[in-house]
Amino acid sequence: MEPLIQIKNLRVDFALRSGTVRALRDVTLTINKGERLGIVGESGAGKSVLGFSIINLISKPGRITGGQIIFKGEDIAKYSLEKMRTIRGDRISMIFQDPMMTLNPVLTIGTQMKETIHAHRNVSNREAEAICLEKLRKVYIPSPERRLTQYPHEFSGGMRQRIVIAISLLTSPSLIIADEPTTALDVTIQAEIMDLLLELCETENMGLILITHDLAVVSEVTQRIAVLYAGKVVEIGPTRQIIDTPQHPYTQGLIKALPQMAGGKRRLNQIPGMMPSLRDMPSGCPFQPRCTERIDKCIHEIPLLTPVEGGGQVACFVRQGGM
Amino acid sequence: MFAFAMKRILQAVIVMLIISLIGFAIKHNFGDPVRDLVGQRVTPAERAEIREKLGLNDPFMVQYVRFLGAAVQGDLGQSYFFKRPASEVIIRKAPATLELVFCASLIIVLLSVPLGIYSAIRPKTLFSRFIMGGSIVGVSIPVFLTAILLIYIFSVELNWLPSFGRGKTVMLFGWWDTGLLTVDGLLHLIMPSIALSSIMLPLFIRLIRSEMMEVLESEYVKYAWAKGLKPRRVWWVHAFKNTLLPVITVGGVQLGIMVAFTILTETVFQWQGMGSMFIESVERSDTSLMVAYLVFVGFVFVLVNTMVDIIYGLVNPTVRVAGRK
Amino acid sequence: MQTRWTRFKESYMLHSFLRDPVALCSFIILATLVFSAFAAPVIAPHNPYDSRTINVMDARTPPSWSEGGSTKFLMGTDAQGRDILSTMLYGMRVSLIIGVGAVCLQAFIGIIVGLVSGYIRRLDTILMRIADVQLSFSTYMVAIFIGAIVQTAFGVAGYNKVAVPLLIVIIGLAEWPQYARTVRASVLAERKKEYVEAARVIGLPRIRIMWRHILPNTLSPVLVISTVQVANAIMSEAALSFLGLGMPVTQPSLGSLITAGFQYIFSGSWWITIFPGVLLVTLILVINLLGDWLRDFLNPKLYKG
Repeated sequence: MEPLIQIKNLRVDFALRSGTVRALRDVTLTINKGERLGIVGESGAGKSVLGFSIINLISKPGRITGGQIIFKGEDIAKYSLEKMRTIRGDRISMIFQDPMMTLNPVLTIGTQMKETIHAHRNVSNREAEAICLEKLRKVYIPSPERRLTQYPHEFSGGMRQRIVIAISLLTSPSLIIADEPTTALDVTIQAEIMDLLLELCETENMGLILITHDLAVVSEVTQRIAVLYAGKVVEIGPTRQIIDTPQHPYTQGLIKALPQMAGGKRRLNQIPGMMPSLRDMPSGCPFQPRCTERIDKCIHEIPLLTPVEGGGQVACFVRQGGM
Repeated sequence: MFAFAMKRILQAVIVMLIISLIGFAIKHNFGDPVRDLVGQRVTPAERAEIREKLGLNDPFMVQYVRFLGAAVQGDLGQSYFFKRPASEVIIRKAPATLELVFCASLIIVLLSVPLGIYSAIRPKTLFSRFIMGGSIVGVSIPVFLTAILLIYIFSVELNWLPSFGRGKTVMLFGWWDTGLLTVDGLLHLIMPSIALSSIMLPLFIRLIRSEMMEVLESEYVKYAWAKGLKPRRVWWVHAFKNTLLPVITVGGVQLGIMVAFTILTETVFQWQGMGSMFIESVERSDTSLMVAYLVFVGFVFVLVNTMVDIIYGLVNPTVRVAGRK
Repeated sequence: MQTRWTRFKESYMLHSFLRDPVALCSFIILATLVFSAFAAPVIAPHNPYDSRTINVMDARTPPSWSEGGSTKFLMGTDAQGRDILSTMLYGMRVSLIIGVGAVCLQAFIGIIVGLVSGYIRRLDTILMRIADVQLSFSTYMVAIFIGAIVQTAFGVAGYNKVAVPLLIVIIGLAEWPQYARTVRASVLAERKKEYVEAARVIGLPRIRIMWRHILPNTLSPVLVISTVQVANAIMSEAALSFLGLGMPVTQPSLGSLITAGFQYIFSGSWWITIFPGVLLVTLILVINLLGDWLRDFLNPKLYKG
C-alpha cells in the first residue's frame, strides 16, 4: 500500500498567557491512498487539532512546533501560507462540524462553490457551474440549478452538510478530513450523511480522516482507527481488531462504555476519573492515574507505540510484556 | 420583504407624529405666533383679535391637527427673525449643511474602512497599534475643540486655510448654493469637514475593527481558509460583507450624531447652514424656526433610519426571507 | 473591612491593573485631576469667583514663560484678568460635578427602565422603542434640543441661575437609553438561567428576585459603561456650554472657558482656549483609557449599537 500522508512526531503547542498547552505530543500516523482512518478520543484529546494541523489551520495561539507532515514526498508542515493555500481545499478538503456555521450566511451556495473552483482551477464561470451541478447531484441534492442561487439559511442542517460535502468534492481531492461531520445533526440524518460519505470515498477512491468521539460511527465507516488520549496516540490498528479485541486499557474502557457492549447490564460502564489537563500532565503514561492495571514503570516512563499481534500498535507497558 | 418594509414605514410615521406633537407642544407653550406675524407693536385688543382669527383659542388638539395638516403641506410656520416661512429658511440653509455632511461622510468612509480592516487583519503591527491609540485620543477630543485647534494651527499660525464662512459659492438650479464647484469654496470646506468627521472616524474605525475581528474568528471564515481561497477573497468577500451589516445599522444611528455635530462645527466656523441657524434661532427666541428645525431634522433622521433598515433587509438574506413569509 | 481589603489586595483585578502601565498612569492622572479639582479653593492661586481680586489690567497676560508673562499668573490670564490655572481648576470641578451627577441620574433611570423592561414583557416593546428612537436621534441632539427648549422656557438669566442642576437633568435625560439597553440585555440573559427559574418556582416575589438575584449580575456591564458615560457627559456638557446652552462665563466649566477664549485666538491669545482644551481632553482621555481597560478586564457582553 502506498502512503498518502505520513505524520511524524507532530507537536502542536498553544502558547497561552497562563502557560504553554501541549495539544499534540509526538503524534505519528500514516494514511494510505484511498484509506479511511478514524480518529477517536474524548473531547479535549486533540482530535480536531490533529485534523486542522494537517492543513496548518490551527486556531490562533496554536502552532506546529515540531515534526513533519509528508504529503507527496514534501513536508507540508513547513510550507509557506501561499503554498499551503494551493493544497487546502484542492488536494485536501475539510468538512467542519456544524454545517449551520460553516457556510457564509450572506453568500449564495453557488458563489461559495464556484469560488473554491476558481481558487484552484483556471476555468470559466460556465465550466465551474457545470462542476458544481455535477457534484451537487453526487450528494443527491434535488434540482441543483435552483439551489445554486439560494442562501444557506434556506436549507436544512442535513442539506447544508451535503452541500459542504459537495464543496469538498469540487476539486477531486485525494484526502477529506471530516471533523465530527454528524455531531450537530439530527440522529436520523447522521446515518444518511455517513453513508453518503462512505459511498463517495469508495467511488472516488478518496482517503478519509474521520474525527469523532462516536465509536459506533467509525466502526461502520473506517478501515483503521487511531485512539487519541491527552494529545498522544495510545493505540492504532485495524477497525475490527480495535473494536473486538482492544489492547490499551483506555481503549478497552471506551469500548466497554458503548451501550451495545454493556450487554444485559443495567448500568453503562464508565472509565473512572477524568482526562488530565493538557497543561498539567502526570509523569509517565498520560493514562496512568486512571489505569487499573498500572505498574511502577508507567509512572516513570512514557510508553511508545509498539506493534502487537494482528497488525496494530499499542503504547502500554503492560501490554508490551510488563517490563 | 414588503411586509417588513411596511412595518418599518408605519413605525416611522408613528415616530414622526410623536416628534411633531413635541414640536407643537413647544410652540404652543413658548411661541408667540402673533409676534411672529406682526411683531411687538400691536395693541392688546388687536392681539386678541388676531389670536381669535388664527384660531389660537381653540383646544390644543384642534390646533395640533391644524399644525399637522400645514406641516404635511410643507408649512412649518413663520420665522420671526427672517420674516419668512420657516421651511423656506431651512431649505435655503440646507445645502450648506448637506455639503458639509457629505464631505465628512466621504472622509469617514474612505478612511475608516481600510484602516479598520487593516487593524483587524494585522492587529499586532506597529501601525495598527498607532491607529488604535490615535482613535482613542480622537474620541476624547470634542468636535468644537478639534475645530478650534484646526483654526489655530492652519489659520492663525500657518495662515494656510480660511477660518470661517463658505467662501465663494455658485448657485445651481436656482436654489442649490454650492461651494463644491469653486476652489475657494473647496478650501473653505476642508477644515469644517475634517472637524466634523474627527469624532466619528475613530468610532467607525473601532467599530469596523471589532466587528471584523469577530467575523474573522467565525467558523465560516475558517472554512473559507480551509477551501484554499486567496486572502483577499476571504477578507473582502467573506469577512467584510458580514462586517458591513452591523456597520450599516450603527451607521444610520451615527448620522443622527453627525447632524448634532454640524451644530457645533457650523458654530465654530460660522458656516451658514442649518446648525448655526438653529443656535441663532435659540438665541433670538425664534420659536417657530426652532420647532421647524426640530421637525425637519426629525424627519430626516426617521427617513434615513427607515432607509437603513430597509437596506439592511436587502443586504441580509435572512431578513429578506423572514419578510417574505 | 480588613479582610475585604486584603482580598482586594490579592485579587486578580488589582494584579492585572498594576501590570498595565496605561491603566495605572491613567488612574494616577485621573486621581490627581479629581483631587486638584475638588481642592481648588485651597490650592488654586486665585479665586476666580471673587471679583475683588480680579484686575482688568491683568487681562490676557500670556503664560509666565513667554514674553510679557508674569510669575503671578503661571498660565496667563483670560479676557477678564482671571488667572487661567485657577479658573481651570474651578472649571474642572464644575465639569466633574455635572458629569458624575448626570451619569448617576442616567444610571438611575436606565437601570429602572432596563430592569422593568427586561422583566415585564408587556412594557418591554414600548420602553425599548422609546429608547431606540431616542438613541437614533443621538444623545447630543436630544441634549441640545432639551437645552434649547429649557432655555426658551426659562430665559437666559433664569437658565444661568440653575445651570448646574439643569445640565445634570438635561444630560441625564438624554443618555439614559444606553443604560436601559445594557441592563435589559443582561437581565434577559440572566432570567433564562436556572436559578432565576428556581427562585420563581419557590415563589419569591418579583421585586426580590430582581433586587437580590438579577441586579447584582448586571453590575459589571453597568460599571463598564459608567466610565465611558462620565467621559461622554463631560463632553456633552462642554458641547452645550460651547453652544451657549451650558455654564455661564461667570461660573465657568471647562467647556465655557474654551468658548470664552475662542474669540481671542485670532488675536494670538491662544492660552485662554488651549489650556482648558488640553485639560478637558486629558480628563476625557484618561477616563476613556480606564474604561477600555475595565472593559477588557471584565469583558461583559455589551449591547451593541
